[in-house]
Amino acid sequence: MPNALNARPKRTPTQRKLLKALARLLPPACVLTDPEDLRPFECDGLSVYRRMPLAVVLPETVDQVQAIMRLAHRMGIPVVARGAGTGLSGGALPSGDGIVLSLAKFTRILRIDPPNALATVEPGVRNLAISEAAASHGLYYAPDPSSQIACTIGGNVAENAGGVHCLKYGLTVHNVLGLKVVTGEGELVSIGTGTLDSPGYDLLALMTGSEGMLAIIVEVTVRLLPRPERAQVALAAFDDIAKAGEAVGALIAGGMVPAALEMMDRLAVQAAEDFVRAGYPRDAQAILLCEVDGSNAEVSQAIMAVREVLLQSGASLVRTAVDEAERQRFWKGRKSAFPAVGRIAPDYYCMDGTIPRRELPRVLREIAALSAHYGLPVANVFHAGDGNLHPLILFDANRPGELARCEALGRDILALCVAAGGTITGEHGVGMEKIDSMCIQFQSGELRQFHAVKAALDPAGLLNPGKAVPTLHRCAEFGAMHVHRGELPHPDLDRF
Amino acid sequence: MGATDLSPALRSQVLAALEAGTALKICGGDSKHFLGRTTAGQVLSLSGHHGIVDYDPRELVLTARAGTRLAEIEETLAQAGQMLAFEPPRFGARATLGGTMACGLSGPRRPYRGAARDAILGCRLINGRGEVLRFGGQVMKNVAGYDVSRLMVGAYGTLGILLEISVRVWPRPTHSLTLMYECGPAEAIERMCGLSLRPLPVDGACFHEGHCYIRVSGAQTAVQEAHSRLGGEPLHDGAAFWEALREHRLPFFACAGPLYRIVVKPHTPPLAIAGDWLLDWGGAQRWLASPVPASAIRRCVAQAGGHVTRWRAGADDADVFEPLTPALARIHRRLKDGFDPGHVFNPGRTYPGL
Ligand SMILES: Cc1cc2nc3c(=O)[nH]c(=O)nc-3n(C[C@H](O)[C@H](O)[C@H](O)COP(=O)(O)OP(=O)(O)OC[C@H]3O[C@@H](n4cnc5c(N)ncnc54)[C@H](O)[C@@H]3O)c2cc1C
Repeated sequence: MPNALNARPKRTPTQRKLLKALARLLPPACVLTDPEDLRPFECDGLSVYRRMPLAVVLPETVDQVQAIMRLAHRMGIPVVARGAGTGLSGGALPSGDGIVLSLAKFTRILRIDPPNALATVEPGVRNLAISEAAASHGLYYAPDPSSQIACTIGGNVAENAGGVHCLKYGLTVHNVLGLKVVTGEGELVSIGTGTLDSPGYDLLALMTGSEGMLAIIVEVTVRLLPRPERAQVALAAFDDIAKAGEAVGALIAGGMVPAALEMMDRLAVQAAEDFVRAGYPRDAQAILLCEVDGSNAEVSQAIMAVREVLLQSGASLVRTAVDEAERQRFWKGRKSAFPAVGRIAPDYYCMDGTIPRRELPRVLREIAALSAHYGLPVANVFHAGDGNLHPLILFDANRPGELARCEALGRDILALCVAAGGTITGEHGVGMEKIDSMCIQFQSGELRQFHAVKAALDPAGLLNPGKAVPTLHRCAEFGAMHVHRGELPHPDLDRF
Repeated sequence: MGATDLSPALRSQVLAALEAGTALKICGGDSKHFLGRTTAGQVLSLSGHHGIVDYDPRELVLTARAGTRLAEIEETLAQAGQMLAFEPPRFGARATLGGTMACGLSGPRRPYRGAARDAILGCRLINGRGEVLRFGGQVMKNVAGYDVSRLMVGAYGTLGILLEISVRVWPRPTHSLTLMYECGPAEAIERMCGLSLRPLPVDGACFHEGHCYIRVSGAQTAVQEAHSRLGGEPLHDGAAFWEALREHRLPFFACAGPLYRIVVKPHTPPLAIAGDWLLDWGGAQRWLASPVPASAIRRCVAQAGGHVTRWRAGADDADVFEPLTPALARIHRRLKDGFDPGHVFNPGRTYPGL
């Protein structure tokens, strides 16, 4: 639960010693300790969780990052890495007894290498800035989270961020070819050098999505792709959300790999339409946006095929964008769906489960039933192509008990995703938010193995402690409260 | 082709080996035994643990037991117009999905549609404590917990025994065309790297014996359009050529002497090492048959920022894979201890001490 430890505790001798040592390592402007300066760092994009750190450090060089880590290691001080703080799972939530290490000053594009189609950048570079820097060569960086104007590539690697174009072009993990990281002990390690594979274990994959728990990322090399010559989007309206779900399966079965395939339900469509006038049919129960890209001839052929399948799947309307401006408008509605939904309720809570696509109609029905049960509306916006749901629960945090009810509904939705053969998080990460839901998805053996991985990379356990992987103890407590269908999860654990 | 789940028996064998303190040599179809260092131990065969567990073309996901033959999987996929996009080299009819993933090898399409590690979505495995664990899943996107499934790819079985694997599959392109150009290696590298700047449906590019070969695949119009833009001489039986390249059945690979796999950035100029060269992956994966001492080859490739594998190392157990930096070696040892504390699985197959 969100605990607002806002009042800064009195400094202990260790803390005073830490701050003095940090002052020796870094210029004064790079160490923040005043409560007003710390305030912007007390939460990430999931602002219901807030906590003040002891200090925030903003190093400017890799040497400084190493020195900070060595110091923290010597003193046993927790360190939470932070990019832009747009994370949606409380991953960058500070430790009350630790420091936040912000990569905000690492904003240089180090190298754009067109013949090798690579870009090497510092971790604080914004996602979109990479594509902007590569644009003059006709290249771009494919993973495009909706937060791409703000979020950093370091944060993207830490969360294995996705975007609307992942179905065809992959997630962050498919597009990263090299990292430099600083370990919890302050050692600088190169993982991959920009080649298509590297000797030994796939540590690139292990680092990607590790939520700041295994190392601090200080340099990233990504693969760039040529900008497609043309993209075209089809907008399809359905009078029944299950039909829209089936259309998704039909497109895939038809041998198509759309560049993007997104769905929005009625509530989300109306909110987006009111907000940005995207040109969506307001009376539809669901809409699909299906984009194809490639060469001119490829796109012309593919968009016809898409149209055909959508109509056969019972779409009440299929429109293709008449020009680039309309295509942008169709996407604007989707990309601003979160803030749009934010306008129709005092608060919203964004979930992030993934399910096998075939379960879409059933899961959507059950989400609707849960929504009714809890008395909280749910708008659905999702990456339909890869089964990644973003149910947005609407609530009012000022009404007593409503946040708790909202969180309970969220957990039920995630449990539903797991039961359908899916997962509790497709792209936002576990962080602090979904730590209890991890106990539903994994048994003790897997959790123990995760802890062993953590111990291999960060033996002192000082990197982002308490996040992403729950202790067995925590799961035992959680399990005692959430007995599911009479089955106790983690039956091998002691209870109390 | 009946399916059999041997998980309980396999687990018992692991527990017995743990108790007796013996090592296990994990074996799928034994088609890649020549890869890596030699490893002692009692053979643990996965070939009886086979069968496709789940496949729904609409999901673009296939789940199979580790001992399932690639041939069976590829045939099943082909019937639904789909494929393993990473074109795994089989090196024999008995190749299994588990062995393919453990070795992490990918064929000519790798730079364009991803590698074996990009295709894996989840797995079930036995770790070195004899626990059966499940990581990842059957969905495209999953960031719950560390990416243990991908860590298994290319680990050569040293971290765990793969029991069941879910992979992402792709629609098979309806048309494919191979274009051929006469040129030298430097020109071929320019040509192949130039392709990665142009939005064309290229899914294969290699150079061998004075010829650059480029494969374009997709819808018919897209392939025709690419041909008109790229020019080049259409190769009559393109499919057979790429298949022979993938399976190392081109005469180049029949050489008796040492063979090296070299991975560099694609735009690396031809390396000054005497020998016979074949460039795949658009220049990023280079095969070298050469009598030059391995140490000299490693030095030259390291300077170019690449790494070297001694393919077919034989009984000689000097470094097969590129030696790791001390920092990386330490992380590797700790990970090994974290998965297989008793060093039961394929000890030393990749590096001494792992
Ligand atoms: C409106 C909105 C839309 C969004 N849409 C998407 C979307 O479409 N797809 C998607 O995947 N996500 C989306 N997100 C979530 C978020 O933007 C991503 O998770 C993003 O990758 C976080 O990047 P960041 O720089 O803000 O990281 P932060 O929030 O600062 O940090 C996230 C995690 O990464 C760790 N971290 C950050 N930098 C480093 C580093 N250099 N080294 C080690 N660890 C580090 C932190 O400790 C933390 O655990 C959205 C968020 C918002 C607010």
